[in-house]
Amino acid sequence: MITLENLSKVYGAPGTEAAVDDVSLTIGSGEICVLIGPSGCGKTTTMRMVNRLITPTGGRVLIDNQDTTAIDTVALRRSIGYVIQQVGLFPNMTVEENIGVVPRLLGWDRARSRARAAELLDMVGLDVGQFLGRYPNQLSGGQQQRVGVARALAADPPVLLMDEPFGAIDPINRATIQDQFLAMQQKLKKTVLLVSHDIDEAVKMADRIAIFRAGRLEQAGTPDEILIAPANDFVSGFVGPDRALKRLRRKRVSQIHIPLVYNMGQQIAVAVDGCHGTIQVDVGGLVVSVTADGRAIGPASVRMDTDLRVVVSEMLRLAISWLPCVDGEGRLLGIVTQAAISRQVNRVSGEASSDDASDQGKPNAATL
Amino acid sequence: MDTLAYIAKNLPMIGMRAMEHLSIVVVAVVLAIACGMAIGVFIARRPRLAPAVLSGGSIMITVPSIALFGMLIPLLSIIGQGIGWLPAVIAVYIYSMVPIVRNTYTALVGLDPALRDAAIGMGMNPSQRLWRVELPNAMPIIMAGVRVAVVMNIGVTAIAAYIGAGGLGTFISRGITQTDIRQLLTGAIAVSLLAIASDFGLALVQKRLTPLGLAQLDTP
Repeated sequence: MITLENLSKVYGAPGTEAAVDDVSLTIGSGEICVLIGPSGCGKTTTMRMVNRLITPTGGRVLIDNQDTTAIDTVALRRSIGYVIQQVGLFPNMTVEENIGVVPRLLGWDRARSRARAAELLDMVGLDVGQFLGRYPNQLSGGQQQRVGVARALAADPPVLLMDEPFGAIDPINRATIQDQFLAMQQKLKKTVLLVSHDIDEAVKMADRIAIFRAGRLEQAGTPDEILIAPANDFVSGFVGPDRALKRLRRKRVSQIHIPLVYNMGQQIAVAVDGCHGTIQVDVGGLVVSVTADGRAIGPASVRMDTDLRVVVSEMLRLAISWLPCVDGEGRLLGIVTQAAISRQVNRVSGEASSDDASDQGKPNAATL
Repeated sequence: MDTLAYIAKNLPMIGMRAMEHLSIVVVAVVLAIACGMAIGVFIARRPRLAPAVLSGGSIMITVPSIALFGMLIPLLSIIGQGIGWLPAVIAVYIYSMVPIVRNTYTALVGLDPALRDAAIGMGMNPSQRLWRVELPNAMPIIMAGVRVAVVMNIGVTAIAAYIGAGGLGTFISRGITQTDIRQLLTGAIAVSLLAIASDFGLALVQKRLTPLGLAQLDTP
């Protein structure tokens, strides 16, 4: 758990404008907290005060209720994983040596840090045999940042600081690495402080979002809380007018689908909100064809772990108010309807949090 | 033809003079590497000092070597070493410092700031940062400075023959005073060859000291 208590940073003489002004925030263990805001808002400064790369001028930072000023700075930093946008892999070291930097500083022997490097490389999805002996300048940007994340995790620190970690990666790779990181986080349960300027990234990654402006914390809360009830005009402007759609990306089909009971090989008649149609399944339960209002629209379906924003997009594309939903093998399980999605959008935060607790909030990494 | 005959006849002597020559340059440059890198590291961490130190060095290097030797005579006479090997080493040391300090400073300041940020953020202390990250990555540029220092000072050392330091310059100074073209050419050719050979040898050392990851690598 990280607790920021009235944290402030003033450069120059007292009384001049603060870079960070009286920020208080608690990040629970195992949570990803995204610090977000326009450039110069103090989000990076706040993060860098956690590992004391910047010394606060006021307030304190507690990690698991221990004041960080009571810990030796170097020891503190070795116990906190650190990932930066420019990656900062050391070009004179191989991938293995880069990942082994902190373990070596902590006095691990070579065999142990090598085994750890291999384990982490595998975890971030890079082939161990191929990459362990490579140098950073032989890697693509995306591969470098995977190694960067592996390096930060090397000594298994409970806390991870990430400064726009995926900002310099092309959009396709970025989505993959984000998904991969979320999948890792499911297992690792690190306490993560992630700086971003991308609200979509924040909504996708965060358990909590903290929105900054001019050194002040404007609002902190779950993505749902912030998207449902922005605290002021700045926050609502920052999250954008399409915040209803943004909420949908946190929800999955499995949360709102209507189960269907049917016989294999049957044609199932569907009537939803005045839109009549049929779903034809084969003897294995696979969706063969769909019709709506007399139009044939082919074997359209969405998977149970698809996020609702994608579902809405599919519904608009196909001009249909419902879609069959299927399991990983493509077998029909039920339908998802526009009406149910609408209800999701209009739910207030109290209700929303109840199904967030089931940990279904984030789209599954493997299948997006 | 005369010159070739002279060279053939005096090969052992030329070899000995070349060793004298090298001993001056090697001792001076090794000292200059140690001090020059230390000063380079120091001013790279104190950017306010850097312009003063670097321009001071640039001024030093404009002093003609013959004048520097002259100035060292009275100073070193105090300890009875006004002429000979010691003043030659000191002069070469002074000249060598300049490219080594400058290149060390330039290399360190020019490193990607992300390396520094990552190194500090991961919990390296200043000396770990220096030895594990900064110096290895600065090494190619520092070595380039060493090469400049060596080649330049093989020339400077030739002039040290005038203060009795020996070396290949002896052939040149005698060739001038005795108007003996054979000795003059012998000295000139030997000095040039020594400079070329040293530069070539140091290029190999530079290659060895350049971390593999900084060399141009193809994806295997």
